[in-house]
Amino acid sequence: MHEAAIAQSLLDAILTEAQSQPGKPVAAKISCGAFSALNNEVLCFAFEAISKGTPCEGLKLDIEQKPIQAKCKKCGETFVFDLHRPVCTKCQCEEFELLPDAPLLLNEIEFDEK
Amino acid sequence: MRKVIVEKKILVANEEFANKNREFLTAKKLPCLNVISSPGSGKTTILAKTIEALKGKVRIGVIEGDIQTDIDARRIRKTGAPACQINTEGACHLSAAQVSFALHKLPVDTLDLIFIENVGNLVCPSALDLGETAKIAVLSTPEGDDKPAKYPAIFARAAVVLINKIDLLAAGDFNIEKAGADVFKINKKAKIFPVSAKTGQGMSAWCDWLEEMAAKKEIPA
Ligand SMILES: Nc1nc2c(ncn2[C@@H]2O[C@H](COP(=O)(O)OP(=O)(O)OP(=O)(O)O)[C@@H](O)[C@H]2O)c(=O)[nH]1
Ligand SMILES: [Mg+2]
Ligand SMILES: [Zn+2]
Repeated sequence: MHEAAIAQSLLDAILTEAQSQPGKPVAAKISCGAFSALNNEVLCFAFEAISKGTPCEGLKLDIEQKPIQAKCKKCGETFVFDLHRPVCTKCQCEEFELLPDAPLLLNEIEFDEK
Repeated sequence: MRKVIVEKKILVANEEFANKNREFLTAKKLPCLNVISSPGSGKTTILAKTIEALKGKVRIGVIEGDIQTDIDARRIRKTGAPACQINTEGACHLSAAQVSFALHKLPVDTLDLIFIENVGNLVCPSALDLGETAKIAVLSTPEGDDKPAKYPAIFARAAVVLINKIDLLAAGDFNIEKAGADVFKINKKAKIFPVSAKTGQGMSAWCDWLEEMAAKKEIPA
């Protein structure tokens, strides 16, 4: 639901980066944790709308949702947390801790040098 | 085409404010609880009743987040507790900067505990760090017992889950055991308190937990 605000922060971040780079930013990869409540399509739609008339107009967003990781308290295994099967993938025990959600990151930008 | 690796956090501004809030609260030895739920689950009613129940024991201040109006802050002030209203003007959650502003408006040196009532919304507020000590989820029985399974983000992170409006249990089909089991599946440490802010049922166990929290300045084991 907060995709519009995120899109604005993202646009600011890309435009700031683009100032020190030649060429036009044409694509960007971002990643976020699965609990960050972001919908990929809505974020792309919001970004498209607010980037009109900026150097980012038409930029293609690639969003990777990172799964939640958990750490087993018994055997120490770090595993991808599955809501439908919340047990350690190695020792099957239920004693685990959810690790912090992956932050919202701008990973890379692609510039067109023409 | 040329790729530039950036690896930059997008929400840095919020993170900086959240860290500042955490430092401020730690320095003041003030526990701060971020209360998150759907609209109308009973957050303000619970807070007002909690403040009354803990009068003379725990001095509480409240940061009220709403999209518009100061209705909730006025409801809190009626109890005698200080409240600071933040209007998010359309945003679906409070930001750490807004909380920072409110922390500087509240008479923090006369308080033992701070509640943040986040904007009524079960999804977005759980994603944004405000620098709070712990998150409290409220789920009211008319919403249905499937909410922990459907909205795991908040229930996985909450130190306490308040199941409110248990006075309405007889009228509906909410199964407390099922909701509780779904919470424990994703959050072994959660404390679950079934309460009715209306009748007061179950409120003393929750208030005891808060009293312990205010005394120890950390989340009770
Ligand atoms: N039956 C019953 N009603 C309750 C209880 N707690 C709150 N309510 C009612 O639920 C309605 C909403 O309560 P609020 O305290 O305003 O809920 P809220 O979560 O603060 O709402 P927002 O701030 O708008 O998200 C009010 O009409 C309350 O009187 C309860 O334990 N039982
Ligand atoms: Mg309220
Ligand atoms: Zn294990």
